[in-house]
Amino acid sequence: MKVLVPVKRVIDYNVKVRVKSDGSGVDLANVKMAVNPFDEIAVEEAVRIKEAGIATEVIAVSCGAAVCQESLRTALALGADRAILVESDIELQPLAVAKLLKAVCDKEQPTLVICGKQAIDDDANQTGQMLAALMNRPQGTFASKVVLGDGKVQVTREVDGGLETVELTLPAVVTTDLRLNEPRYATLPNIMKAKKKPLETTSPAALGVDVAPRLSHSRFAEPPKRSGGKKVADVAELVAKLRNEAKVIA
Amino acid sequence: MTVLVIAEHDNNELKPGVAQAVTAAGLAGGETHVLVAGANCSAAAAAAARLQGVARVLLCEATHYADGGAENLAALLATLAPGYSHLLAAATPFGKNLMPRLGALIDVAPISEIVAVEGPSSFVRPIYAGNVLVKVDSTDAIKVLTVRATAFAAAGDGGAAGIEAVPAGPDLAVSRVIGREIVKSERPELTAARVVVSGGRGMGSGENYHKVLEPLADRLGAALGASRAAVDAGFAPNDYQVGQTGKIVAPELYVAVGISGAIQHLAGMKDSKVIVAINKDPDAPIHQVADYGLVGDLFEAVPALVKELGG
Ligand SMILES: Cc1cc2nc3c(=O)[nH]c(=O)nc-3n(C[C@H](O)[C@H](O)[C@H](O)COP(=O)(O)OP(=O)(O)OC[C@H]3O[C@@H](n4cnc5c(N)ncnc54)[C@H](O)[C@@H]3O)c2cc1C
Ligand SMILES: Cc1cc2nc3c(=O)[nH]c(=O)nc-3n(C[C@H](O)[C@H](O)[C@H](O)COP(=O)(O)OP(=O)(O)OC[C@H]3O[C@@H](n4cnc5c(N)ncnc54)[C@H](O)[C@@H]3O)c2cc1C
Repeated sequence: MKVLVPVKRVIDYNVKVRVKSDGSGVDLANVKMAVNPFDEIAVEEAVRIKEAGIATEVIAVSCGAAVCQESLRTALALGADRAILVESDIELQPLAVAKLLKAVCDKEQPTLVICGKQAIDDDANQTGQMLAALMNRPQGTFASKVVLGDGKVQVTREVDGGLETVELTLPAVVTTDLRLNEPRYATLPNIMKAKKKPLETTSPAALGVDVAPRLSHSRFAEPPKRSGGKKVADVAELVAKLRNEAKVIA
Repeated sequence: MTVLVIAEHDNNELKPGVAQAVTAAGLAGGETHVLVAGANCSAAAAAAARLQGVARVLLCEATHYADGGAENLAALLATLAPGYSHLLAAATPFGKNLMPRLGALIDVAPISEIVAVEGPSSFVRPIYAGNVLVKVDSTDAIKVLTVRATAFAAAGDGGAAGIEAVPAGPDLAVSRVIGREIVKSERPELTAARVVVSGGRGMGSGENYHKVLEPLADRLGAALGASRAAVDAGFAPNDYQVGQTGKIVAPELYVAVGISGAIQHLAGMKDSKVIVAINKDPDAPIHQVADYGLVGDLFEAVPALVKELGG
């Protein structure tokens, strides 16, 4: 069976973004980029499924500009077997990404798709669920454990109040939560090997997908700053301030 | 224009977030309807009918809606959607699981975690861990939204909407719940609590987490929360995680104990009214957002605080 893993190139999670002064967007020039952390977890899970002898092939897919090849090379270095870039220079919104991934899945026929639960730039938390809907397949979102069985997959999900385990009929789409696994680091030999692994490029037009945006984004702004930073000397002062100044305790 | 709010419930009661979603619905459009789908959930439907601003409750009962699974619910919603201008749910794991699936089924680009409604097609949502707010305009005829509950007031009780039964859709039978480990807590629900006490890696162990923080939470009537580091280390359960990829809270008082204040954590709590930080490192970023920073060892400061509060 094949496992397909969509990977998104995003701003590194350590970077604090700045809004452009005219409010037209976020300044991404010369900012450190990385593979979305949830997608590294997804690649790791797929590679472990292959190492366990259950999957035969792990395919990484990214949708976006040519630089997304970097993210795909990272996925290949982590153990994916081959990669597909759906190249597009216009900003792709989650619905468009889901449609592109659906078109790729129609060709590749993976038994399992593992997405990240959310991309840490746009924080949409949508793509996996939309892909599952478009493929008319079940979804196991926010996974902290994935166990493959005969024609089924059991997914333990992080939900309100604790955990829920669902059994899904394969093929299915899973999205990763933080505690699914701890991704390995790419070793230098594997980074070298990844350069020789196959990376195929296609396009929305070739896949016959309309990626026109449905949403427009404007008026980017930073939320009001908190005027924090005050220190209290001791517990007595803290309690007095909470009672008399902030009035949040009785 | 009619708006449909999808209610999350446990058959008897509505979950936190539904009343806030009803408020957002009122801002987005004209009449508000609420869908309560489940099995034996007429009590939850009655609760929805009491919410102010609700004109009608749709009650859809079938065993295959009992688990709240997205596959069957999204299919049902797709058949109801043409009658509505907006469909929305609170941005909880339930709503986040369901609404994008619905969006794709009806070819609508959903908008996640809105924090303001500026017009029928215009919304504001946070991106980049809450460091940026952006206005989003939709060109889709129907809007599919999730709502950040902390950004809207809860609709009050006192309404008397009619309850109307709607026929169930088919059971797709592709997903079923086979296990649940739900921890019942006596404490207030994290996202709805007036006070939240959160512990981080500085707690050192799960035992310390409980031993040190519980007396303080008891005294303040608080919910317990945690940083990702504390959850990953097993000090606290996963649904205690506050932050960009956990829960978003905005209590009156947030007490961060042994938490450094990484941007991912701040994303989940920086809209709290008053923030207290207890951290031995005076340069920890949490102090920059805290209204009251106490620099010191938490193992001394927290018990002393409980004592000072007269616990
Ligand atoms: C600042 C900003 C400005 C924007 N401006 C515009 C604009 O002007 N016009 C416009 O059309 N759109 C714009 N967008 C939309 C943005 O590009 C999309 O929302 C984004 O590509 C997909 O959302 P997401 O990654 O949060 O999805 P999520 O649903 O959070 O992603 C979940 C998972 O889906 C998979 N995935 C998502 N995207 C990809 C991908 N590209 N390739 C492979 N896998 C993927 C990954 O597994 C990921 O973990 C803007 C977004 C931002 C943050
Ligand atoms: C994709 C991604 C998503 C993430 N999502 C989240 C999220 O949703 N929520 C979240 O919280 N994090 C999240 N993180 C993790 C985040 O980046 C930080 O690693 C995490 O918040 C750190 O937790 P902490 O503050 O408990 O630990 P640390 O950063 O290690 O801080 C511990 C603090 O405790 C203090 N301390 C230690 N001992 C004592 C003592 N005896 N007395 C007083 N103070 C003491 C120290 O001075 C220090 O400041 C995410 C990271 C990634 C990559």
